[in-house]
Amino acid sequence: MQDPQPRIVRETSASGESISLYGSWSAAALAQIDNWTALEESLPRHARALMEASWDLRHIQRLDHTGAQLLWNAWGHAWPRHVLVLDLQRSTLNRVARYTMPPPKAQRHTLKQLFLKLGEWIMGIESHAVGGLRLTGQTALDFLAFLRDPSKAPWRDISGHMYRIGATALPITALVGFLIGVVLAYLMARQLRQFGADAFIVNILGLALIRELGPVLAAILVAGRSGSAITAQIGVMRVTEELDAMRVMGIRKGSRLVLPRAMALALVMPLLGVWTTLAALLGGVLASDLTLGLSPEYFLIALPKVVQLSNLWLATGKSVVFGLMIALISCHYGLRVLPNTQSLGEGTTASVVSSITMVILVDALFAVLFKGVGL
Amino acid sequence: MSPSYVVQIENLCSTFSTRGVRSVIHQNLNLSIARGEFLSIVGGSGSGKTVLLRQMLGLETPQSGSVTVLGEPASELGRAGAASRVGMLFQQGALFSAFTVLENIAFPLRELGTLPRSLIHDTAMVKMQMVGLDPAAAHQMPSDLSGGMVKRVALARALVMDPPLLLLDEPTAGLDPDASDAFCTLLRSLHQELRLTVVMVTHDLDTIFELSTRIAVVADKQVIVDAPPRQAIRFDHSFVRDFFRGERGHRALAILAAADQEV
Repeated sequence: MQDPQPRIVRETSASGESISLYGSWSAAALAQIDNWTALEESLPRHARALMEASWDLRHIQRLDHTGAQLLWNAWGHAWPRHVLVLDLQRSTLNRVARYTMPPPKAQRHTLKQLFLKLGEWIMGIESHAVGGLRLTGQTALDFLAFLRDPSKAPWRDISGHMYRIGATALPITALVGFLIGVVLAYLMARQLRQFGADAFIVNILGLALIRELGPVLAAILVAGRSGSAITAQIGVMRVTEELDAMRVMGIRKGSRLVLPRAMALALVMPLLGVWTTLAALLGGVLASDLTLGLSPEYFLIALPKVVQLSNLWLATGKSVVFGLMIALISCHYGLRVLPNTQSLGEGTTASVVSSITMVILVDALFAVLFKGVGL
Repeated sequence: MSPSYVVQIENLCSTFSTRGVRSVIHQNLNLSIARGEFLSIVGGSGSGKTVLLRQMLGLETPQSGSVTVLGEPASELGRAGAASRVGMLFQQGALFSAFTVLENIAFPLRELGTLPRSLIHDTAMVKMQMVGLDPAAAHQMPSDLSGGMVKRVALARALVMDPPLLLLDEPTAGLDPDASDAFCTLLRSLHQELRLTVVMVTHDLDTIFELSTRIAVVADKQVIVDAPPRQAIRFDHSFVRDFFRGERGHRALAILAAADQEV
């Protein structure tokens, strides 16, 4: 449906200038780029001559409010001396005339507001800290209540989350772990060969993968995968007022939403960490076999001798902490979502970014604290 | 098609399958809506009123049959510039929560890409006041608005390109009686002033009798009656009897009687 082009025909006769308008003066027709550029040239703004001329609008096929607004603005917000219009056009123009006003000024950013923004930002950090602490404490209390009477715990929820967070993450964590193992072993092999220290690849790979990379890789993947999902789930529950409904029924969101997720993650994370480590070791073994000719049998016999068992315990403990942190951070951001789409997006982003950052920070902390263990 | 019909639905069949169970919603449904009408579609829960509305918008594709809107198949509506053909008022308003009121209303115009900012803002301000909003609310966010204001902003946005056809889904649902009455008055005056064709889906009898020039009753998978209100309520069908002439219907019928006396 192509609208006819809006046109202006100006004629000068003895009695003065007359201006006739043709075509469709509707938003859709005006917005076509050719029509608009043509009109812009022939419709000078606020020109005195326009107001003196006699206007004929009766040939316009369709005049909508956008077209009427264009004319009204060109007339400088007043009726020209002579206008011929149809009734419908007149009522449209009258409405435009009655309601035309500049939009109210949006609030400008003054220096004072910037200063207040800074304060708001700092208070925001404080409220995050307080909220996080409260959530952690509440979850700890809920956990104690759970220990006192485990039969009342939401077991179905916990197993459901374990499946969704843990079992469905097995393929991706295995793939990433395997590839990292291959890459590391390949890089290392080239360096070690220069020193003739081929056999030490078992030490390096074993320590790096079991102690650091396995748990951290798994945690980062789960933070990106399930952390965002948890924040979005809880956030949407806020948007759809499900959280309020739970509160009204006297069901505490801590024990119903946070605790099952925290427990599921705390249980699943060490398992995923070991799984990722195994996949990475497999990649490492294969790559060392190919590049250094180090047989898998040798690798498996040497590994327990060079990597102490305490490393495995350290990795497992670390994974539990990672899991708890990811759960608490994503629940924290989920519960802070406001009922609008923008806040949901911001909350999810913030949740993933802070979980991943926290995982790496805490990993560094573990490295410093346990530097005397298992090395 | 004859040009006097804005919407024409012919031999429409819609089916839905939920978990493998196929259920027929419409079977050989026919409905024509003439220019300038204010048509209310009524029917029981699950009779497919909202589905019908969504099919007119091209949001859902029927199993078979044709839905023609303004001379084009409804599935073609979603193209650029659709806002100049059909306006839709969603039940919850469906305002873009990241935009202010003014940006929401101006959005369809701004998306055209050519018109200057000042003209767009002027048009949006005019539309805002036409639906009875205070100009001072222009920079508020949708989350700060009351239910009635959300509906008004959504209406202004639906009408910003002056589409000849306006679809309403439960326009007064969730409004208190005062706000609901005010919104009805607004809808009626806009219908008359802008010469709109309006299609409305609602359960609210007061609204139906206040506004409609025609009522289409959907039952038994078809439009069983499509007539002016006075004739529609006399139609002999169990749903029509229960819906219009039950306890609830009395007050609404009083409105019709009052309107008669005025004439």
